[in-house]
Amino acid sequence: MDLKIYLFAFLVGGAICFICQLILDLTKIPLGHLLTGLTILGGILGGLGLYDPLIKIAGGGATMPIISFGNSLAKGAIAEAERTGVIGVLTGMFELTSTGITAAIIFSFLIALVTKPKG
Amino acid sequence: MGKKSGQQTFQFANPPMIISTGTVAGPFEGRGPLASEMDVILGDLHNGKTTFEQAERSMLCQACRLALDQASRSTSEVDLFLAGDLLNQIITSSFTALSLGIPYLGLYGACSTAAEGLALGSMLLDGGFCSTVLVATSSHNATAERQYRYPTEYGGQRRPYQQWTVTGAGAALLGYTGQGPRITAATIGKVVDLGCKDPLNLGAAMAPAAADTLYRHFQDTGWNPDSFDLILTGDLGEIGLKLCREELAEKGVHLGENFYDCGLLIYDREKQDVHAGASGCAAMGLVAFGKLYRQLQKGELSRVLLVATGALHSPTSYMQGENIPCIGHAVRIEA
Repeated sequence: MDLKIYLFAFLVGGAICFICQLILDLTKIPLGHLLTGLTILGGILGGLGLYDPLIKIAGGGATMPIISFGNSLAKGAIAEAERTGVIGVLTGMFELTSTGITAAIIFSFLIALVTKPKG
Repeated sequence: MGKKSGQQTFQFANPPMIISTGTVAGPFEGRGPLASEMDVILGDLHNGKTTFEQAERSMLCQACRLALDQASRSTSEVDLFLAGDLLNQIITSSFTALSLGIPYLGLYGACSTAAEGLALGSMLLDGGFCSTVLVATSSHNATAERQYRYPTEYGGQRRPYQQWTVTGAGAALLGYTGQGPRITAATIGKVVDLGCKDPLNLGAAMAPAAADTLYRHFQDTGWNPDSFDLILTGDLGEIGLKLCREELAEKGVHLGENFYDCGLLIYDREKQDVHAGASGCAAMGLVAFGKLYRQLQKGELSRVLLVATGALHSPTSYMQGENIPCIGHAVRIEA
């Protein structure tokens, strides 16, 4: 296995975080807007087929940031639309991301059972 | 009449005294430089309660009881309870009023509540409507931050100019028996809006309100900044205090070293990572009813002007893109 992927994961993931930190520090864009903005950006890049090449080069450095979530939403919708037609956009949207979403809900529930989720 | 002087200031013919005070501070505040001035310091943010809201309520109630105990008064000897806090529908104050059983008027002035309560209480006393009034206010980091900013477990990154909501409660008993510093004048502020929309930068939003009320107080009374040992704003923080100073300098009022902010006194800003300082009703509540009250009693300070400012927005109003209107009330206390 090529060790270069570790280097690129570090550089690409770091660069994404660095840009976002600059946006937070230098603009008044709220956290929520940055989060959704990145997801939409990921959707656009995914739709244009530009994000997967980045994942191939940088691995986790590209899949961990939220942009990857937007990419997965777009890819799932496109793949299902190709298989089943227009309605596939709706049914396929969460196909690739359902693991993450379901895991978030189930683990939140389990953690809430043993902690004081009052924040 | 004859008690109003100038446009917005009321001078008390028979100035009421602050007979006693009570302060309860959160654990984080208990590690700050004013720890020794607090009556009670909580071990944790829950204070043995199920929710943070109940914890805040228990703090406010305890602060009120401390003030009553110190003056050896029972709740039935108090004519009115004036209180306010930051939570929706001021639930902390109203639930506390329920457990105290004192006739109650709820106040909402956001972080200006301490001064609003002192001003209003003094008017009621000087007007002869009451003989003893209990004034109180509280804020809690975990309840206020999630209502106005982000859910606490979300862990949103804090901006460098952001302030830290104080966990604490302060109460003061006003009346004419016993001994204590006297409230001699109050300037009621106008709502000011210079177009600030950022709910994370409240110091900057509130600075013009503090400047406006201070300017008005000096104009109405003929006193000047040098007349006071200390002029203390509520929770402008580092940025707001600087802006307020600049704004008054533009109007020809130059504030010296005696001008400072409660929000800069509560935490050790080198060691406690609170960015621009403290905010919340309890910033002035803890400082004014704790250290400041004792310094006035001991004669270390003889003339103090408190200017508490409040941001009067709601989470709904700023999410709909409205500006953040602010207010400042000033209270003059003399030993």
